[in-house]
Amino acid sequence: MASRRDDPKTARASIALAGARGVTAAMLSDQPRRDVVRNTIFASLLLLAVAVALAGLAFLIGDSLIKGAPRLNIDLLTNGTSALPANAGLRSAIIGTVWIISFVALFIVPLGVGAAIFLEEYASKESRLARTVEVNIQNLAAVPSIIYGLLGLAFIARSPLNLGFVVLTASITLTLLVLPIVILVSREAIRSVPPSIREGSLALGATQWQTIRHQVLPAAIPGIATGVILALSRAIGETAPLIPLGAATFVTFDPSGPLSGYTALPLQIFDWVKQPQDEFQVLAAAGIIVMLVLLIAMNSFAIWLRNRYEQRW
Amino acid sequence: MSEVDAMTQDDSKPETEPVGGESPRAEHPTIAVKTQFQPGSAGDASEKEKVFELKDISVAYGGNPAVKDVSIDVYKHEVTALIGPSGCGKSTLIRTLNRMNDLVPSASVTGELLYHGEDLYGPTVDPVQVRKLIGMVFQKPNPFPKSVYENIAFGPKTLKMEGEMDEIVERALRRAALWDEVKDRLDDNAFGMSGGQQQRLCIARCLAVAPDVILMDEPCSALDPISTGKIEDLMMELKEEFSIVIVTHNMQQAARVSDRTAFLMVELDADEQSRWGRIVEYDDTQKIFTNPSDPRTEDYVSGKVG
Amino acid sequence: MESSGHIAASQVPAITRPRLEAASPRYGEKVIYWLLAACAGLSVLTTTAIVISLIVPSIEFFGEVPIFEFLLGTDWGPTFTPPGFGVLPIVFGTLSVTLWALVFAIPVGLGAAIYLSEYAGPRVRRILKPILEVLAGIPTVAFGFFALVFITPQIQKIWPSFLGSEPGIFSVAAGGLAIGLMIVPIIASVSEDSMSAVPAGLREGAYALGATKARVATKVVFPAALSGIVASIILAVSRALGETMIVLIAAGNTPNENLLENFNPVEAIQAMTAFIATTATGDIATGSITYKTVFAVAMVLFLMTLAMNLLSIRFVRKYREVYE
Repeated sequence: MASRRDDPKTARASIALAGARGVTAAMLSDQPRRDVVRNTIFASLLLLAVAVALAGLAFLIGDSLIKGAPRLNIDLLTNGTSALPANAGLRSAIIGTVWIISFVALFIVPLGVGAAIFLEEYASKESRLARTVEVNIQNLAAVPSIIYGLLGLAFIARSPLNLGFVVLTASITLTLLVLPIVILVSREAIRSVPPSIREGSLALGATQWQTIRHQVLPAAIPGIATGVILALSRAIGETAPLIPLGAATFVTFDPSGPLSGYTALPLQIFDWVKQPQDEFQVLAAAGIIVMLVLLIAMNSFAIWLRNRYEQRW
Repeated sequence: MSEVDAMTQDDSKPETEPVGGESPRAEHPTIAVKTQFQPGSAGDASEKEKVFELKDISVAYGGNPAVKDVSIDVYKHEVTALIGPSGCGKSTLIRTLNRMNDLVPSASVTGELLYHGEDLYGPTVDPVQVRKLIGMVFQKPNPFPKSVYENIAFGPKTLKMEGEMDEIVERALRRAALWDEVKDRLDDNAFGMSGGQQQRLCIARCLAVAPDVILMDEPCSALDPISTGKIEDLMMELKEEFSIVIVTHNMQQAARVSDRTAFLMVELDADEQSRWGRIVEYDDTQKIFTNPSDPRTEDYVSGKVG
Repeated sequence: MESSGHIAASQVPAITRPRLEAASPRYGEKVIYWLLAACAGLSVLTTTAIVISLIVPSIEFFGEVPIFEFLLGTDWGPTFTPPGFGVLPIVFGTLSVTLWALVFAIPVGLGAAIYLSEYAGPRVRRILKPILEVLAGIPTVAFGFFALVFITPQIQKIWPSFLGSEPGIFSVAAGGLAIGLMIVPIIASVSEDSMSAVPAGLREGAYALGATKARVATKVVFPAALSGIVASIILAVSRALGETMIVLIAAGNTPNENLLENFNPVEAIQAMTAFIATTATGDIATGSITYKTVFAVAMVLFLMTLAMNLLSIRFVRKYREVYE
């Protein structure tokens, strides 16, 4: 048993007490005017910090809007890949992203929700298995995304799965990348269903799975859906994991299926960024705006979904 | 008199078997009861049927005792009340009757618990099956966040009971004295109902799966007096079909509705580190409240200690 | 149990043994249990796969390149002839960008956090927090582009001459600033959570003594929330270490052998992630020395972020303990 001195509550209280003591000492000395000045300076610095963050965001979006404005037209979306800026567009990339993300969605829902259900409803919280899985999930969430790309290169594109550089490879890789997000959010959604609901169901003679399937999960679905959408929007924006997967950025065809070669939105934009010509810079900016619009729309939808359907207990 | 004949009697109060050879309640002016049995008639073939027989039941959570050495019998078609101050393990005890304590990993139950003569904790016993037969209503009403209809229909559907679902739902709601209030609002969300209605909904939900016993863990403590009264009336009706065990911290309620009452007290160990509950007295409700054998019971029911 | 008031004798079941055994063996439930366990186990499988994918080539790598030459050498050029395998230049490149990112992100992030937690009213919070979420959701390729086409020219424009020559197209300054902007939401939201969790009683005691907000924020709330704040910074560091696109686009791809010069904001550098991204293209041959080098570098990166993550978990646990 930790001694009282090591108890975090005591540590916190004593830190706060020390602070309060300092405050009192300052109060009782005669520096009230200095205080007001200090307070104003401090508050201004804080506002400055907030302003800088907001300005950064504003400049990022604004600059892209300004630079990309000349190409923000329908051609951007309907043109396929081309070495000539005037003929280049996002069509192949959009189709590629749609293919990739469709499969990611298909994978992350059962895998992520399944893992969340297992951890919340079946595994005893103290068991070795539960804790191992949890530690793993936490660590996976912190692994740099490019390393997932290397994983995809090593085991999915090449042996043992040997899928090559196709849509499915990208989908599996991105699934593994965003799975921790889905698991985390789903667990929270499931956890927010009160135990009394489970008790009520079990007391009627329902089995554990029947309780989960008919009472717990339906109530948790709004939260889970929000998490899935957030995970998908993260997956859409990821470039680094796709680079080792040999995604040819100069595909001249539209990706046609899970086993076809592909390009994706962020990859296409990256390719344009790398080009020296100014016209490609314009395209890159326009592409970024398209991607931002898509992501903001998805995230807003996810938040609306949660607010509209969230179960209040 | 055979038991079957006894059951077909048009009595408003059930027969009771006097415990410990006490004189029957017939002497008490407010309740007229026909006693069918001789005092001390254990072993008599016409003895009242027992639903539960508890022999030295003790429950502990992770080694810490919660309730010790409970040995009582619960009888069919009676309302049996468990009363006592808080912390005396009444809830723990009632949850052993439908194996809800199984849901707590650290809980351990020792002793023998017979349900209609069968060991409820036997090796082949399935807790899910147990809970079909022994239903429970909880302290805080816990309807599902669905419509009234879906709440009631969930049990029968999941248990694959036979019959027209609409009929089953209506019958359960009628039985819980809720039908008239909700018959036009079956598709409304249960969360929109008042507390008293929600609790009756939970009772109806429990009835829909046709249990044998209904356990009620402080069913009225979260409700207003009018709803409480409605549910108490309901209990008196329901005991004709079912057997009811109720935990209540409200003594007057126990006196009003129950046929038999068990009084539990808290015990502390030598250095006051742990506390658990124990049955002090278990008897006819009338006796417990008017002429208890144990002075501790007397103190509690007269309000001297709480 | 019909809904009649009386039970006719014929309807009373003979007192039979209640059926307490399971009606069916319920194999379905067991199957479901194992399916769900497999889903959870996938995370363990993924970690194992990542570790194996990194370890095997790394071990082979160290069979060909002495480990100390790798870890302590400064001659980095695995694709050149003759190849150099001293990894320090790119490690320092990564560290440099991360450091400059923190120089920007810590004051801005903490400032925003304190503001949100102690100063902002509910309406302001309702606007500000979603904006921070937007910032957090912006793809890194957009940050990289921003660094290249906006930040870099601006820096070049306002660069004071007394600091020497201005940065070129690629610079640590541009990359660091962009990464800094990217990690501000991490620091801001985790720190703000931590500060909000400080009990109101502690603040009120100080206010009751007449303390100004500044004092309460700095002397009471900040110290009390310290472990959560530290956790947020560690998380941000971990994120910055692993960032690829921004460094690739804005910080350049030229490793600098002079380790200390890596920290010069006007210099271009090569980060570990940039090296991996440019070298591990689709046509890299499994088993070639280049392939193994890529994975050895990835191994170093993985270990660095893993260490950061484990450290931050420690701090998060400490601050959670008190309030839960």
